[in-house]
Amino acid sequence: MARSKDRDVRDKTLEAVAGNGLIDRRALLGRGMLFAGAMSAGVGPAAAGAEPLTDDPWSLEVGEPMSPYQVPSKFEAKVKRTLSNPNNEPRNSHARTPHHLLEGTTTPNGLHFTINHGGVPTIDPDKHRLVIHGLVKQPLEFTLETLSRYPLTSRVSFLECGGNSAPMFSPEPMQETVQALHGLVSCAEWTGVKLSTLLEETGIDPKAKWLIAEGADSPHLSRSVPVKKALDDAMIALYQNGERLMPGNGYPMRLLLPGYEGNMNVKFLRRIKLVEQPQLSMYEARTYSQILPNGKAYRFYFLQEVKSFITYPSYGMALKGPGLYEISGIAYSGTGRIEKVMVSADGGQSWAQAALQEPVLSKAFTRFRMPWRWNGGPATLQSRAWDEAGNVQPTRAEFVAARGELTKPPPVLGFANQHYNSITSWGVANGGEVKHVYA
Amino acid sequence: MSTPKRAIFATSLLLAMTVGASWAETPHLGKPIDEAAIANWDISILPDGTGLPKGSGTPAQGAPIFAEKCAACHGDNGKGGGAAAALVDDRQINGISASNKTIKNFWPYATTIFDFVRRAMPFQMPRTLTDDEVYALTAYILAENKLIGANDVMNAETLPKVKMPNRDNFIIRFPDRI
Repeated sequence: MARSKDRDVRDKTLEAVAGNGLIDRRALLGRGMLFAGAMSAGVGPAAAGAEPLTDDPWSLEVGEPMSPYQVPSKFEAKVKRTLSNPNNEPRNSHARTPHHLLEGTTTPNGLHFTINHGGVPTIDPDKHRLVIHGLVKQPLEFTLETLSRYPLTSRVSFLECGGNSAPMFSPEPMQETVQALHGLVSCAEWTGVKLSTLLEETGIDPKAKWLIAEGADSPHLSRSVPVKKALDDAMIALYQNGERLMPGNGYPMRLLLPGYEGNMNVKFLRRIKLVEQPQLSMYEARTYSQILPNGKAYRFYFLQEVKSFITYPSYGMALKGPGLYEISGIAYSGTGRIEKVMVSADGGQSWAQAALQEPVLSKAFTRFRMPWRWNGGPATLQSRAWDEAGNVQPTRAEFVAARGELTKPPPVLGFANQHYNSITSWGVANGGEVKHVYA
Repeated sequence: MSTPKRAIFATSLLLAMTVGASWAETPHLGKPIDEAAIANWDISILPDGTGLPKGSGTPAQGAPIFAEKCAACHGDNGKGGGAAAALVDDRQINGISASNKTIKNFWPYATTIFDFVRRAMPFQMPRTLTDDEVYALTAYILAENKLIGANDVMNAETLPKVKMPNRDNFIIRFPDRI
């Protein structure tokens, strides 16, 4: 009895860390131990009326043969990317990651987001070439085979399209899944050759301040990258989560610029030219320049700033009755490591610090989790991230004050503006239905 | 050949070679290649005109090429209505929506038109236009937008000098990262 009294005290004081049911994670763990103790003493839930267990058919017969390259269970068919251009019409195409159906921090290769501007090229890896030239001492040509013999390095890095979360510029919350809102970001382990190693071999003329990276795809997509970034942590990536790059992610090689907007991470990379001035290619002069409320526009935004969103629960889900839930989400910053994530269940009136899943890596997805006892009433769930440089994810009001919003809801697949990183809010109604709200 | 330039270059290389023993430790498997051998791939045009090839074109020369190879997606005279964006458009920037960006009201440099058309267009047949055709199409688009005169010739000299109205309206977001 004394124990149970302790537990009541814990419930009222230690467990509650913020309003509307947020619970201290350590208290939850401690409570689990108490449960275990109680069960060993024979005070478990009543078991009367349960159906006796029997063997199901799959337990009574030999299963299917294995496949050389296995794919997920047929029961997981709904876990797939959504396509903006399934019939490959003559325009760009996007495939968005279903974050609401995933956990952890690694995006499976088949579900990594991709955007292509002229279809996915079929590149013969034996014929592919990468040349580095321009303001160098010795222009050099590399093959996939020769690059594979260089010292390889691996790092986990998120990749995010500069236009991810664009529907959030809507003046009203668009009722869309986290996949539709935030599906143009993914995270993988990339393995390849540091670009600085190759530039050491070509030599760099000190006049070179930029490099132009160009792909072997039909638009010959090209972007300008500061040499400063190239010498910092840029990589020629050859592998994605341990296997060769997926075709849509740049096979057989791509530029990886950790923390910088996806479009700069040029896929199907075939040419790097060192130059004094940026190219102002169509993608940097037009597409990835963002109109500001005062009519001017940002150029060279590059950085994907600190951001987080809750993946569970999220829009389109329905909670099945009051009780214990674990709020789960993703945080990341192009500046470095995630320092902390705060979670609110009352629309930002009170906050509690979420648990971060180790390891917390620089410029990578960090999974955060927060125990929550839903009382069955209305709740507004939010997450807010800080990075190690002290950058904080803005509230929606702060973001809109700086960057503006649209006058009417845009097409959900459109990109009316870019680099949106404010808090996302999910409203839980009395019946458990989860909506997208602004709070 | 300017001697001081070469001297500085040589000094910096020497410096690079003496910094750290890693120079000798990398595999050196890259195959030396001449700029001449890269020329067919070297299609980057800078805003000051660096990289622009020989050749020229006028709006009048561009009009029939546009009708044949571009209008199906960009609409008659580039006014839109097809699968791709309008190229000739008098709309103004209004609010923060990118849907109001046009060549005339947003693109800062005319060289970008040449660069993009040559590398990426026509969408189904990239790299099939001659340099003269790309100059002519660039001239046509600029003239239809009244950014150059109807008889102006576009070439490596004249194209970089086209003053685009929005050129000075950009803010570098993170200058310390450049």
